[in-house]
Amino acid sequence: MTARGLSHRSSVLWIAALVHRLSGLALAMFLPVHFLTLGLAIQGEAPLESFLRWSDQPLVKLAESGLVFLLIVHMLGGLRVLVIENLAWRDGQKELATLAAGLSAVIAFVLLARMF
Amino acid sequence: MNVRLYVWQRLTAAVMVPLVLVHVALIFYATRKGLTAADILGRTRGSLAWASFYGAFVITVAVHAGIGVRSVLAEWSPLNERNAGILASAFAVLLLVLGLRAVAAVVLA
Repeated sequence: MTARGLSHRSSVLWIAALVHRLSGLALAMFLPVHFLTLGLAIQGEAPLESFLRWSDQPLVKLAESGLVFLLIVHMLGGLRVLVIENLAWRDGQKELATLAAGLSAVIAFVLLARMF
Repeated sequence: MNVRLYVWQRLTAAVMVPLVLVHVALIFYATRKGLTAADILGRTRGSLAWASFYGAFVITVAVHAGIGVRSVLAEWSPLNERNAGILASAFAVLLLVLGLRAVAAVVLA
């Protein structure tokens, strides 16, 4: 593919679409693990508590806040798509996409700070 | 993606916006002084409200993720549309079963 053919990849909205897809894919991969973890409660409180204590590790907390970032950025990105498709609102889409990513990062960072 | 799947993906996305907001708010609330199994199960055990909320969340996310995974497989993998659909449907069923099992686990624990 020529450099001219790849030029769209530097567009904020192309990156936003890629982030939306990759965040959705990552969340889909995470969900079975999330459900299996909560399913530990079938065997009683102790197995779930044991997993939660394992999840106190800093790297796990970092991953959890990363997942919250992915969840919010995916939701806000999806909301932007719904707005474009259903309302007569076309202006400022690059700014909205950037704002969505920034807001998601701030919320995830606040959560991370609260967990430590 | 055909029109029927497109509509279902947008519909489940719209339904999930408030569900995600409540879920994130709950994550913040639940982690305010560390997450414990006793706290989680204390909220959810025997709660019809949380069972309904998370039951609805699981159903909508299974449909939404299934359609999304189908699109990714059809566009980014060597699978044809039919096989992408079969694999994505199996994934959606897996999410539905594991998700409803998780809801049952925390409500009936």
